[in-house]
Amino acid sequence: MSAEVKERDPLFSPKNRKLLSTPLNRDNPITVQVLGVCSALAVTAKLEPSVVLALSVVFVLGVGNVLISLLRKTIAPRIRIIVQLTVIATLVILVDQFLLAFAYDVSKQLSVFVGLIITNCIIMGRFEAFGMANKPWPSFLDGIGNALGYGWILIVVGFFRELLGSGTVWGYPVFEKIGLYNWGYENNGMMILPPMALIVVGIIIWVQRSRVRDLIEEN
Amino acid sequence: MQEVTSIFVKSIFIDNMVFAYFLGMCSYLAVSRTVKTSVGLGIAVIFVLGITVPVNYLIHEFLLGPGALSWLGPSFTDVNLNFLTFIVFIAVIASMVQLVEMIIEKFSPALYNSLGIFLPLIAVNCAILGGSLFMQEREYHSIAEATSFGLGSGVGWFIAIVGIAAIREKIRYSNVPAPLRGLGITYIITGLMGIAFMMFMGIKI
Repeated sequence: MSAEVKERDPLFSPKNRKLLSTPLNRDNPITVQVLGVCSALAVTAKLEPSVVLALSVVFVLGVGNVLISLLRKTIAPRIRIIVQLTVIATLVILVDQFLLAFAYDVSKQLSVFVGLIITNCIIMGRFEAFGMANKPWPSFLDGIGNALGYGWILIVVGFFRELLGSGTVWGYPVFEKIGLYNWGYENNGMMILPPMALIVVGIIIWVQRSRVRDLIEEN
Repeated sequence: MQEVTSIFVKSIFIDNMVFAYFLGMCSYLAVSRTVKTSVGLGIAVIFVLGITVPVNYLIHEFLLGPGALSWLGPSFTDVNLNFLTFIVFIAVIASMVQLVEMIIEKFSPALYNSLGIFLPLIAVNCAILGGSLFMQEREYHSIAEATSFGLGSGVGWFIAIVGIAAIREKIRYSNVPAPLRGLGITYIITGLMGIAFMMFMGIKI
């Protein structure tokens, strides 16, 4: 959809496109900025909850950043934290009630992690760093970009953990259909357990930083 | 009483906030460079969790839960304000943190100087809101159970952050592959610590 708009819409200047694309790799919230790790890892044992949580964060961060940006001149600096929390909490309540109504099973699987979007540092972080200082449209792009950067890590981790841990993708038994079990393959039950999420993210960081050399930290 | 201690031990080792639920990871990764600061942050987390979980327990029990308003009169038994949970809990946490900060500043300047910078950070630490939300989801039966859950989770978080800080201080002398340095290796160590903590699973007290 966005490709269509891009061609005739000057709103997508190179600068604005950059807002959308840098958080996907070079300035990724999880692997570089270290924001929003909290709720990211626990839901990634399966692909479906990962995708649902990623979409929820896209919604909350995209809409929230615009709201904060519209309000930025009226918010007194002293009370900005509580205003930001109210905006986030309102949006998260909307998401939560929506999931309860239309995707009850997933909502049960996500348990407290929908609520934890509120304290997801990536959201407060973007409000503080971007929404409070910029116009609504760039804020929207920044919000969507960061949420997608967060989302793709979630989805990649969820994909590998479900594939290697349960041999399925989105509940579809891939390995069984290929007939891998007949050759003596066994699912790696370890992948379902929480600590493996951290190790998978560690490996993603490893791959990313070997490609983008200037992200490498001092010891 | 036995139930209370069992919840305490369980929330430190088995349902550890960091290793089992990844809560409070942001500050866990950001502040764990030296043991000294991580001890400060850990104590502040124990403190705040020990206060906010019981307070939110009371609010859930007498204001928000299904049928919680029945003490107002029979016509209120059907009222369910559960959808307000998030906004009320986060408001309680933010104001409790502010309150604790002011009280400490007044009565113990020394403690304030060591904890002060961490307290505002903690209002948006996922471990704190997570503690309250887990308390609500697991339906503890008394305020004693809720308090011991809060304190236990805090202690579990403390152990985790001090552990990782000690390891990170030592790992400076190791030859880590360049792209893994810093963040990457910290994730992997945390994963390994989590696997070690899984040994405690299934222990009953």
